Amino acid sequence: MEKPLTQNIGADLKPASLADYEESGGYKAMKKALKEMTPEDVQKQVKDSNLRGRGGAGFSTGMKWGFVPMGENAPKQKYLVANADEMEPGTFKDRYIMEGDPHELLEGMILAAYAIEAPTAYIFLRWAYKKSEEALRNAIKEAHNKNYLGKNILGSGFDLELYVHVSAGRYMCGEETGLLNSLEGKRANPRAKPPFPQACGLWGKPTIVQNVETLANVPHIIAHGAEWYKNLSKTDDGGTKLYGVSGRVKNPGMWELPMGTSAREIIYEHAGGMHDGLDLKGFLPGGASTDFLTPDHLDIPLDFDSVTKAGSRMGTGTMIILDDRTCPVAMMANLEHFFAQESCGWCTPCREGLSWCAKILKAIEAGQGQMEDLDILKQHCEQLGPGNTFCALAPGAVEPLQSALKYFREDFERHIKEGKCPYK
Amino acid sequence: MLSEAEMREIEEELSHSPSKQAACIEALKVIQRNRGWVSDESLAELAEFMKMSPAELDSVATFYNLIFRREVGRHVILICDSVSCWITGYDNLVAHFKNKLGIEPGQTTSDGRFTLLTIPCLGVCEHAPAMVVDRQTFWELTEDKIDKILEDFK
Ligand SMILES: Cc1cc2nc3c(=O)[nH]c(=O)nc-3n(C[C@H](O)[C@H](O)[C@H](O)COP(=O)(O)O)c2cc1C
Ligand code: SF4
Ligand code: FES
Repeated sequence: MEKPLTQNIGADLKPASLADYEESGGYKAMKKALKEMTPEDVQKQVKDSNLRGRGGAGFSTGMKWGFVPMGENAPKQKYLVANADEMEPGTFKDRYIMEGDPHELLEGMILAAYAIEAPTAYIFLRWAYKKSEEALRNAIKEAHNKNYLGKNILGSGFDLELYVHVSAGRYMCGEETGLLNSLEGKRANPRAKPPFPQACGLWGKPTIVQNVETLANVPHIIAHGAEWYKNLSKTDDGGTKLYGVSGRVKNPGMWELPMGTSAREIIYEHAGGMHDGLDLKGFLPGGASTDFLTPDHLDIPLDFDSVTKAGSRMGTGTMIILDDRTCPVAMMANLEHFFAQESCGWCTPCREGLSWCAKILKAIEAGQGQMEDLDILKQHCEQLGPGNTFCALAPGAVEPLQSALKYFREDFERHIKEGKCPYK
Repeated sequence: MLSEAEMREIEEELSHSPSKQAACIEALKVIQRNRGWVSDESLAELAEFMKMSPAELDSVATFYNLIFRREVGRHVILICDSVSCWITGYDNLVAHFKNKLGIEPGQTTSDGRFTLLTIPCLGVCEHAPAMVVDRQTFWELTEDKIDKILEDFK
């Protein structure tokens, strides 16, 4: 099984040096692109590979780059930003790339910046990733020394400066327009779209914001071609995927597997199955903002379209496991507390609605709920759904809730009827 | 008054920012690194230096989880209260902190040694439960492990 993304990443997460990275074929794609390919060629390869964004929404990367104004009349200043915020609870995959193989991200960024003709790039990094920060800063130095970054890279005429920006911490910094505001030194409130960042982003210039794992795929696509990339997958979505599992399983962790691997294989083979004495009750397939799936869904391939068809979202591909001794109502209270706290407060339904949900859930968990509360929760799920708020935080926040009400309704009702938590 | 060293650090940040405001989060971090937290007085001094109004700077400062606008102890413990850590034992660990240090999240020990705060997901969910002390991450926490870690922070 080919594992292009993690081939240099050891269990100790010691960062691969520039020499290690080149030994495994690193920076060949960059050299090839700068020498033999136009920016349009790079864009086309990536588009043909059907690479879809790994940050949550699964939008076609090639298509996104295609919206950037190009050529003579385009603004000279454009930006590429690697979204390394990774603050979605349950999500920890990008950390492996940055800590274990920082040059892979750098090469991906050089190729992406070349493809959209951007002379400046930022890595927007969450503060908790201190080791990633060290690995990246060191890798940037190494790359500069070999003129893989800086002015006139390898005589190609292409310039790129790359900066690491460490966040001061807030979930909204991961939302692409919130991220841009934060980079500009403001509160991370989202911006109205349109205009989209591809046309008018950082300081009003064309900007692409892309997840770390997405960017790390690019060198491999350019080195081996779109067809090779598509064939790595078990389904129509191309490539491999960094899947992760957390919760009460025997061997929680992260594995690079063909896109479309089943949840059963990931949970029972790679993560070693449930702790002794526990059963699987449900799982959030891709982080805290995705709908629960149940043991009935274990055999669906985890790719963007199949998970959507099953009623959830692939999200970040890092699963959170709910076992049968953990109270689903309390888990929902925990999740909605997070979303309520991290709401940026810009729009009323999200600011007021999520904290209302969190309070109701806490009351139900404590045995002080009423049956009507379930209707109020359901109403919120509808009113905070897609299209009713400024950004995707609120619709994401109600995904686990609406599915918990559907699959674990009995648990909610028992809390209310018995006036206490049956799991305690 | 901002110290020479603080001004130098902030100027360095400004040098690769296209606008002064863009460096204001970094500048707040510089103040916090040097003084532990950002008091009203520090905020006002920094605002003057950055040519922003104090209210404008405060609106940025209060948005971010890691800018402290209230005094903290010598060491700040940030314990993850998000879902994977919660499933794997967050409640018990907080109870242990209460027993051991006599404080709950949001409080500082009377000797000023530790402040305990909750923080959303630290990105090490596969090693839950986790916490950060100052900027070091600790994971797969148990009560014994916490006791040993705390001994190293005087
Ligand atoms: C509240 C919120 C938080 C987000 N956090 C992240 C994040 O930490 N990392 C990330 O890559 N995408 C995050 N996203 C998605 C980004 O807005 C954006 O879609 C993504 O960075 C695009 O990259 P991609 O096309 O490579 O997936 C978040 C979205 C929302 C609404
Ligand atoms: S949905 Fe929530 S997080 Fe998004 S803009 Fe509105 S208030 Fe802010
Ligand atoms: S949930 Fe605690 S580190 Fe992610």
